Amino acid sequence: MSGPLDLVRSLGHATVDRIWRLGFATRFFFAILLHSGTAFRRLPLTLREIYFSGVLSLMIILVSGLFVGLVLGLQGYETLQRYGSTEALGILVALSLVRELGPVVAGLLFASRAGSSITAEIGLMKATEQLKAMDMMAVNPIARVVAPRFWGGVISMPLLAAMFSAMGVFGGWLVGVVLIGVDDGAFWSQMQSSVDFRYDILNGIIKSVVFGFAVSLIAVFEGYDSVPTAEGVSRAITRTVVTSAMTILALDFILTSFMFRGNS
Amino acid sequence: MNRTVLDLWVGFFVALGLAAVLFLALKVGNLSSAHLSETYVLQAKFDNIGGLKVRGPVRSAGVLVGRISDIRFDPESYQAQVTMNIDGRYRFPRDTFASIYTAGLLGEQYIGFDVGGDEKMLQPGDSVKMTQSAVVLEKLISQFLFNKAAEGQDSK
Repeated sequence: MSGPLDLVRSLGHATVDRIWRLGFATRFFFAILLHSGTAFRRLPLTLREIYFSGVLSLMIILVSGLFVGLVLGLQGYETLQRYGSTEALGILVALSLVRELGPVVAGLLFASRAGSSITAEIGLMKATEQLKAMDMMAVNPIARVVAPRFWGGVISMPLLAAMFSAMGVFGGWLVGVVLIGVDDGAFWSQMQSSVDFRYDILNGIIKSVVFGFAVSLIAVFEGYDSVPTAEGVSRAITRTVVTSAMTILALDFILTSFMFRGNS
Repeated sequence: MNRTVLDLWVGFFVALGLAAVLFLALKVGNLSSAHLSETYVLQAKFDNIGGLKVRGPVRSAGVLVGRISDIRFDPESYQAQVTMNIDGRYRFPRDTFASIYTAGLLGEQYIGFDVGGDEKMLQPGDSVKMTQSAVVLEKLISQFLFNKAAEGQDSK
């Protein structure tokens, strides 16, 4: 019975399924916004989530930022040295971090460090029927469990991205100025003269806010929508990381094409 | 986890994040120094702007005095109409000469103001009348070759 018609049917089923999930995720997003009141009225709930997704991600973000900056400094120096313009190292490091690498890499790390744990937590709560129990006690699980985690992620992400960029610039400075010996004054002044606050830094912050919304929504949604078994939860965690990574990179391309049109 | 410890960590985290933003704004970006707060507009027409870009610098005596805010083609005079935002602290005489220079051999192009001696100053919205176009390298080379060829013919 597995003729070509079945093939078409399974294709149609997969398509409808995807679209249905997208619609469900959108409705879920509005449900979170609708029930966000509790997350802010009972601030300790959200503070606790900022601690888990933000403070506990500090280490990975700071160390990765430092190393990305160090590598940028080394590689940038290698290339710039050929054109005798090593003073431009500051510009290269700062612009690539503030515009792209900061928000994107911090977003990817955030998705794998905090996003996955949010999904696991909510998925396990669902698997052990804690969410249902809350519903029985007339406690809305979206307001009590999902919304604080969502807002905790949204608040943490831009702060982490800013720290990543700052740490990266410090790393670039460490390699460029301290280790190799690029002129300190030229490094900072060239950087300051070509990094614009509104055009570069603010756009980078906007990116990180958008990524924060995207990753947090994907994480809580995958957890809430997971199949309530051990296997289902582990699949949901994988999906969180994969979908977050793809969403961040795709959104980054779209945002970049709107923000930076090459007329600087 | 104890509530006060948690508050402390979150407060520490948020403060660190804000410090990072502040560091980016003040030390990496140009929010502190090159921010032109009060500006006025000057116009200039050029026959050829070369590689001049919007947001490029306007310098006088090498000091940044403004930025280019708009470049458009004027269909009546067939020239490039360049609009500049000039720092409100500086005024320039009416016979200021605006030329397009290049920073370094391959650097970015900018507008340089060479100041004249007129006692009347350019008012906001005025046009700089005297301008000099960008140097187009191809033209320069062909002129040079042409002159060389002419010299060679003379000496025969």
